Amino acid sequence: MNQFVYLTFDGLSRGAVYAAFALALVLIWRAARIVNFAQGAMAVAAVYVAYSVTSATGSYWLGFVAALVAGLALGVIVERVVMRFVDHSSPLNGVVVALGLVLVIQGVLGIVYGSEFHPVETPFSRDAFEIGGIALLSRYDLFVFAAVGAVVASLTLLFTRTPIGLRMRAAAFAPDVSRLLGVSVGGMLTLGWALASAVGSLAGMLVVPTELGLHPTAMDVVFISAFTAAVVGGLDSPIGAVTGGLIVGLLLSYVSGYVEPTVAPMAVLLLLVVVLLGKPGGLFSSSKARVA
Amino acid sequence: MSSALLQVEGLTAGYGAAPVLHDVNLSVQPGEIVAVLGANGAGKTTLLRTLSGLVRTTGGRVVFNGEDLKGTKVEQMVRRGIAHVPEGRGVVTELTVDENLRLGGLWRRDQADAKRALDEVYELFPALAQRRASAGHQLSGGERQMLALGRALVSGPKLLLLDEPSLGLAPKITAQIMALLRDLQKKKGLAVLLVEQNVRSALSIADEGVVLALGRVVTRNKAAALRDDADLRHAYLGF
Amino acid sequence: MTDMKTKASASPVPTKVAQERRSMRRLAPIAAVLAGGVVILILSYTLEPFRNYQLATVGAYFCVTAGLTVLTGLNGQLSLGHGALMATGAYSFALAQNKWLSLPLSFVVAIAVTTLAGAVIGLAAARLRGPYLAGLTLAVAIVVPSVTSTFDETFNSDQGLSVVLDPPPGTIPMERWQAWLAWTGALLTVLLLAFLVRGAFGRRLRAVRDDETAAKLAGVNIARTQVLAFVVSAVCAGLSGALFAVLAQSVSPGAFPLTLSLFLVMAIVIGGLGSLFGALLGAILLVALPTFAQSVAEQTGSHRLEGNLALVVFGVVLIVVMLAAPGGLASIRFTFIRRFRRER
Repeated sequence: MNQFVYLTFDGLSRGAVYAAFALALVLIWRAARIVNFAQGAMAVAAVYVAYSVTSATGSYWLGFVAALVAGLALGVIVERVVMRFVDHSSPLNGVVVALGLVLVIQGVLGIVYGSEFHPVETPFSRDAFEIGGIALLSRYDLFVFAAVGAVVASLTLLFTRTPIGLRMRAAAFAPDVSRLLGVSVGGMLTLGWALASAVGSLAGMLVVPTELGLHPTAMDVVFISAFTAAVVGGLDSPIGAVTGGLIVGLLLSYVSGYVEPTVAPMAVLLLLVVVLLGKPGGLFSSSKARVA
Repeated sequence: MSSALLQVEGLTAGYGAAPVLHDVNLSVQPGEIVAVLGANGAGKTTLLRTLSGLVRTTGGRVVFNGEDLKGTKVEQMVRRGIAHVPEGRGVVTELTVDENLRLGGLWRRDQADAKRALDEVYELFPALAQRRASAGHQLSGGERQMLALGRALVSGPKLLLLDEPSLGLAPKITAQIMALLRDLQKKKGLAVLLVEQNVRSALSIADEGVVLALGRVVTRNKAAALRDDADLRHAYLGF
Repeated sequence: MTDMKTKASASPVPTKVAQERRSMRRLAPIAAVLAGGVVILILSYTLEPFRNYQLATVGAYFCVTAGLTVLTGLNGQLSLGHGALMATGAYSFALAQNKWLSLPLSFVVAIAVTTLAGAVIGLAAARLRGPYLAGLTLAVAIVVPSVTSTFDETFNSDQGLSVVLDPPPGTIPMERWQAWLAWTGALLTVLLLAFLVRGAFGRRLRAVRDDETAAKLAGVNIARTQVLAFVVSAVCAGLSGALFAVLAQSVSPGAFPLTLSLFLVMAIVIGGLGSLFGALLGAILLVALPTFAQSVAEQTGSHRLEGNLALVVFGVVLIVVMLAAPGGLASIRFTFIRRFRRER
């Protein structure tokens, strides 16, 4: 029972990170109909920026801010320089270009920082509090919940309550009509990429310290978990992405705890297959075919 | 000539290499309703899309309110005072009625103006006011047309480009919409360039008519004269 | 141009000329493969051992790129999981080889296992499209290597397994022997694929890719065609993996990273999707570019450039090719097919 409670909290904490990362995928999917396969690599790049800043200044928080800014900037660059020019006649084009970006980003990071693992520190202790003899949550877990919660809340406010959010949604749903109404559709697309990339960077900042450390490929497995989360929730649904993230986090935690940590990635793959084949529209939609 | 709100001279435009419009000339005076008539494929929709910048102009010029529109981006048209209600109405079905309407006013610097325009539209269309929170896809065809029209009005246009407002609507609702256009013309001096298949209803409210065939203007005349010209009706308008 | 002439001469009653032409077309792959075999044989006697080893590596890559280009270029399914299928082939080969010490048997085992794996993934893939298929196969590429840690008694985790090979027959040096093995595999693969692609199966592949509804109306079983295509290309990947096990005389998860799968995609895109000749170009590039990057790295004395420079170059080339080709993948395919027709 104690273990179950511990694993549940651990899974929710992991899941919160996957939720944020899945949310980033959903943001870009909704805005541009592209699954950003470079999201993981972009996030790692931002975490490397944070690593440099923190090493130079000794301040975790300066690094944290730097990662978010780097994420925004990277999103803008990727959209303006590369993705804007992708032909959309086939969904595969965007996928292949994103894969090219993965190679470039991982290669550049390897050249600049080397290919060894850099341990990354957390701003708060990862030792769990005990309540009534049961280990529950660490300060770091609380930080993760707070950070992801803040992101989800601000994105919700942005999209539902602000004129810019209304413009972004309109531009994604009906580009031509939006232009006729004076919305700069290209600008909204860039903004969407920037936001998504920053959210992805945040997820990277949160997850890297809890894994093996910083490495150009550090987010590969995380990407798969987040992609699974996004698919579980339905690529079009932000609420689905968050729920999917929590589900994947719990699954990983339970499998690691009760079976074997090395089996966990396979469990995610299995979940992905089952959802793709069994409930093609994701758990939160009613659409039938996974034809993108 | 110089007093025209919209002056189109020798306009040639199209998709890719082959032009759809050839040397089109027409003008809309302030507060005038001009109907653009013609068979399917005559280039009516392309004309509107060219005027609002969605289709590239390859020749001729468009002067609006004394300014040459050359090089004006689609996004800028609404600021100049042109509102285009596209074919199929262009309601963003994923957004609510209220969001669709607010979208029309987002370009304004002063959001108080936008709010005022929004309230006016709700007064004009009580049916929309009742359905503020409904999503676009829940609306009936007539309601969608009202919403699209209302959204264009929120943007405070001098000229309305209206593409097939009667498409798929019951005659009664079409009549309502035509009456509304005439009202707006009278009360607010709104000019309308109206593309219609439904020639009878269009000519019932238009001051002037322009008949397109295969991308060229074949006739420009007073609406009343077009109504009475039996030969023309048979040749181009099919009634 | 020749296309027009062909039509002109073939349209009246099937003449002798047309029949000859048809049988010529059927024989063309055999001629090409025979010529290729001669070239390889000559090369394998003239090249120094290290170059022979590189030649063998090109051959091993050619197997998998040829299979992948048929799947992606002709059938429209993008797989990012072929690195994992190669790993499957390599490990099956290693386990069989170490147990029974019979080269032919080990190849058969490797092919049988990857056929099965390909059928399983292919069944899932046939129901998926676009980014969903890419995501699933990407997950396979990333997750499958972790299996080696789970069943570490069989697979020995990250260290992997060494592969016991009998010494080559006679006095043939090891590298030349490896080149012969790899290219025997590659040329057989290409021959098989060339015949498949030119026949009714090839037409079905393209029909499904271009318009599923139309293909269905024409009586093509979409799912079966897609699964078959996946299995065929999985077999090619498995053979390629087995050949890599022969070349390295060891297998480890580190030899089949995600970047390998991405490299394969790059290779077939640059070569021209759907083209077997393009797959050969891609395979050569997969060996030549890292070698070039390696020499640059050695000259600059920066060991961080090693490996990483190749990643950057591959990535940039892939992006530039994709953005420069109007219409993306489809036009890369199209220009090739026109070239192909002209050649014929």
